[in-house]
Amino acid sequence: MEKGEVNVGAIILSAGLEPFDPKVREEYRYGEFQNVLTSMDFERLLSSTGAYAGEILRASDLKHPKKLAWIQCVGSRQVIEGGNSYCSAVCCTYTQKQVILTKDHHPESECTIFHNDVRSYGKDFERYYQRTENLPGVRFFRSYTSIVREDPVTKNVFVRYSTPDDGVKEEEFDMVVLSIGLNPPKNALEIAKKYGIELSDHGFAKVNEINPMVTKRPGIFVSGGFQGPVDIPESVFSASGAGSQIGEILDYRRGKLTKERIYPEERDVSGEEPRIGVFVCHCGANISSVVGIPDTVEYCKTLPNVVHAQNQLFSCATNSAREITDMIKEKGLNRVIVAGCSPRTLEPLFRDTLREAGINQYYYEMANIREHCSWVHSKEKEEATEKAKDIIRMSAARACHLAPLQEFDLPVDKRALVVGGGIAGMTSALSIANQGHEVYLVEKDKDLGGIARRIHTTLEGLDVQAYLGDLTGKIYKHPSIHVYTDATITAATGYIGNFVTTVKSDRGVTAIKHGAAVLAIGADVYTPTEYLYGQDDRVMTHLELEGKIAEGDEKVINAQSLVMIQCVGCRNEERNYCSRICCSESVKNALLLKEKNPKMDIYILFRDVRTYGFREDFYREAASKDVRFIRYEPEDAPVVEPGKAEDGRSVLKVMATDFILGKKLELDADVVALAAAVIPAAATKEIAGLFKVTLSPDGFFKEAHVKLRPVEFATDGVYLCGLAHYPKFMQETINQSYGAAGRALTLLSNETVVASGSVCEVDENKCVSCGACITVCNYGAIEFYDTPQGRKAKVNPVLCKGDGLCNTVCATSAISLKHFTDEELLSEIDAAVSDEEIMKQIDAAVG
Amino acid sequence: MCSGRVDMAHVFRAFSKGADGVFLGACHLNECNYITHGNYHALTMVNICRKIMEHIGLNPERLRIQFMSGAEASLFAESVNDFVKKVKELGPLGKSEGMDEHGLKAKLEAVTELIPYIRLVERERLRVSFKSEEEYHTFFTSDEFKRLFNELIVDKLAVGQIVALLRERPLSTGKMAEMLGLTPSEVSRHMNTSSRHGLVRYDVSQKCYALA
Repeated sequence: MEKGEVNVGAIILSAGLEPFDPKVREEYRYGEFQNVLTSMDFERLLSSTGAYAGEILRASDLKHPKKLAWIQCVGSRQVIEGGNSYCSAVCCTYTQKQVILTKDHHPESECTIFHNDVRSYGKDFERYYQRTENLPGVRFFRSYTSIVREDPVTKNVFVRYSTPDDGVKEEEFDMVVLSIGLNPPKNALEIAKKYGIELSDHGFAKVNEINPMVTKRPGIFVSGGFQGPVDIPESVFSASGAGSQIGEILDYRRGKLTKERIYPEERDVSGEEPRIGVFVCHCGANISSVVGIPDTVEYCKTLPNVVHAQNQLFSCATNSAREITDMIKEKGLNRVIVAGCSPRTLEPLFRDTLREAGINQYYYEMANIREHCSWVHSKEKEEATEKAKDIIRMSAARACHLAPLQEFDLPVDKRALVVGGGIAGMTSALSIANQGHEVYLVEKDKDLGGIARRIHTTLEGLDVQAYLGDLTGKIYKHPSIHVYTDATITAATGYIGNFVTTVKSDRGVTAIKHGAAVLAIGADVYTPTEYLYGQDDRVMTHLELEGKIAEGDEKVINAQSLVMIQCVGCRNEERNYCSRICCSESVKNALLLKEKNPKMDIYILFRDVRTYGFREDFYREAASKDVRFIRYEPEDAPVVEPGKAEDGRSVLKVMATDFILGKKLELDADVVALAAAVIPAAATKEIAGLFKVTLSPDGFFKEAHVKLRPVEFATDGVYLCGLAHYPKFMQETINQSYGAAGRALTLLSNETVVASGSVCEVDENKCVSCGACITVCNYGAIEFYDTPQGRKAKVNPVLCKGDGLCNTVCATSAISLKHFTDEELLSEIDAAVSDEEIMKQIDAAVG
Repeated sequence: MCSGRVDMAHVFRAFSKGADGVFLGACHLNECNYITHGNYHALTMVNICRKIMEHIGLNPERLRIQFMSGAEASLFAESVNDFVKKVKELGPLGKSEGMDEHGLKAKLEAVTELIPYIRLVERERLRVSFKSEEEYHTFFTSDEFKRLFNELIVDKLAVGQIVALLRERPLSTGKMAEMLGLTPSEVSRHMNTSSRHGLVRYDVSQKCYALA
């Protein structure tokens, strides 16, 4: 091993997580019973590269398990030797994923999940939970469990659990999966010592309580799981975010070590006959378990102009890409088809592969035989194979007509626009400005701060107002940040690198030119219509309660009894999502109240307590301070009525069912606090329309990819952060806001950005200057210009979005969308029905 | 490319190449990811195509447009399954509508050749802009549209079909009327104008019309 020394200006610690090892506690029988697995083991079973090539089999007899059980919270939420007190935050949902996949493999499987609270608090997770719950043969069971014994012959596993009606029961399962939690990295202590940072009580990196990427040691940042248990999107937030913070320190050295990628010179193949290579991807078992690959490959070889066809286990793997470039050279290929997944995911990768082989990237064609075939026809294998052939035949027909296209560079305006002056927008603006860019910060209200102005402390005890004051000060003092308050956006035009946004504000009407935009417009709080809200002063939202606690409102502080009701206005039909932060908000308020008035009776009526991650410790603390948590079911929701307490004082009567005691409760409350939903800001739709970005079903901003690209939109050059994306904690928002800044910088730090070659073009000889194309184009991309032959239409390729509407209105077919020409599309249509099929039809018709 | 890029020529090409049905999936109206809103164009195109199909004796149910989002996999599957079922019920194109192969071919050729003209007509006379699918449906089933269609397209389409038939071989007025489902007097009228335009000539010896 070679030792070397590298001088660096900053360090990111992304040491990740370690799965909990259930061997530390004998009672899990892990390693003892063959059919007790961890969720990681099970994940391997599901994988096409796993022990049984994607088959779910029992190690004991290589049979499919029919009855499976998952046990939640293994190693999490337990204050016992070897366990972790915190919640691992991801297990509820990954278990649901495993159940869905198991049912997909074997629809007859019976899946039981033994759980505590079901914490599906992430974006769209509530729907995912419902989808799992509604599968036939799936049971969710709220109970602690113990693994009691193994049948010595069948090797089945017996699980003991308690039921509300029948007491303790024992049930036999073919396989038991332990949903193990997440531990800090094994060498956390060593890392901490080496880099001079501290660890938290839980053994993860000890980070700044508001900015979780920052450690005690300046220049050393933490991203991902080393911050604590996180899901993928939050991990990506902090990865981009830590990068942006380092950019702030090291901006003066940006680009000093980068090398431009050099591609081989492009071979001119336009004069050659098409020579197509087809690479049929197994996608592990995703395609090959349904589509007959050898048969398909042989068929490809019979297609016109196909000179090479082969299979590949994963066409996207590095060695496969090399194989493609090698084959291009060896067989003289000038067109390449990968028959695999959707072009949405990997087309850029394969285009790059062609460039590596000196072939124009637009000679690449993708035949989608996964989403369009194997995934939807898993039960019709023969037909699926035939369909895969049809799809490839169409692609091969099109490939013959493909033309080489050139992409072009657009200049990048170095300035950024940030919409929304809350914590998210301000944090993002500051990070971008600190890296040498002018920033325009637009806020609809008179003051900066957003919803944080109504939050006084975090659960961890941070003084939010002090933090906010400090942040706002930095914004106003920064010479490169221009703040527009009382502002509305009236128009937004342009495209990546070159936007123009018109803002009406206290400064008048301004047209702002900018290269990137960050949308951080926040969210609103639902105004409840339930539980006498708005009719009785004693009923308030959690946020109003927080305000009253901060003010020291005597009616609240001196209340004898206070009831909080969770999930008001969400996790219902109208808003089918979890607002994520309300459980912790209520726990925070309860702890503050208990501190001020320890004698107060506090009840929290909940559906699932979703204090995920380290927030679990505060839930436990609240329970230990006698805050009473009472679960309710949505179909048996609490009822609030005015009434009189036994001592004669006027109270609100809260009626609810206690499932543990199995009886109706009647609570006397002086104050009722409602955990009102976080809802999309009123302006979300309008802003989305202006910037041409999209919304998720719940009305929040929709990111480009829910896991992998959570801080950018599908619309190029536009980024997002904060509550407008989905409800989240301040620390999560700060991770994401730096993340959005980081992503914006990857654009703004470049001089140019590449635009697609698939744009429209006019054949002047055919153009009769009727102007139909100009009228139909919503982007103003086509204009007349004078030629010696008269006025002709001309496309500005920078403005053309490649929708191709103009093609369908041109009476002389003078305008055509490159890469989607009539010739290319018609050749595909012609090949859709095979000659063989047509002959069959004719025979049938002739009889 | 956008659903608005789907052209009438693509649809009729599919029918002439053996497809018994054509399904066009497009984004939901008013939910464009950009500002294109090309699905309205697709909807207009489909409505005009269906009218033409009806006019030339093909069941317009063979062409369907369905609006859906990328997240509505089950809607997509249901719609496609439903459409396939419908097309299977309808049976093979042309034959089920009582057309022979030559008649079908002539009709589809005539439509295809008329497409540049239809584009002009659409731009000048048939361009409509509504906000909902129902409004489009109301317009394209209205007497107003019927009148415009008859005035602008019907005669041209008939002549186009006649020319396509005559390209194969000379035919008598009666035979043409039979093959195209027109009355002999209608055919005579078209032959008179077409003779005047120098498109066709009457072959006295064979008592047939042929291309000029």
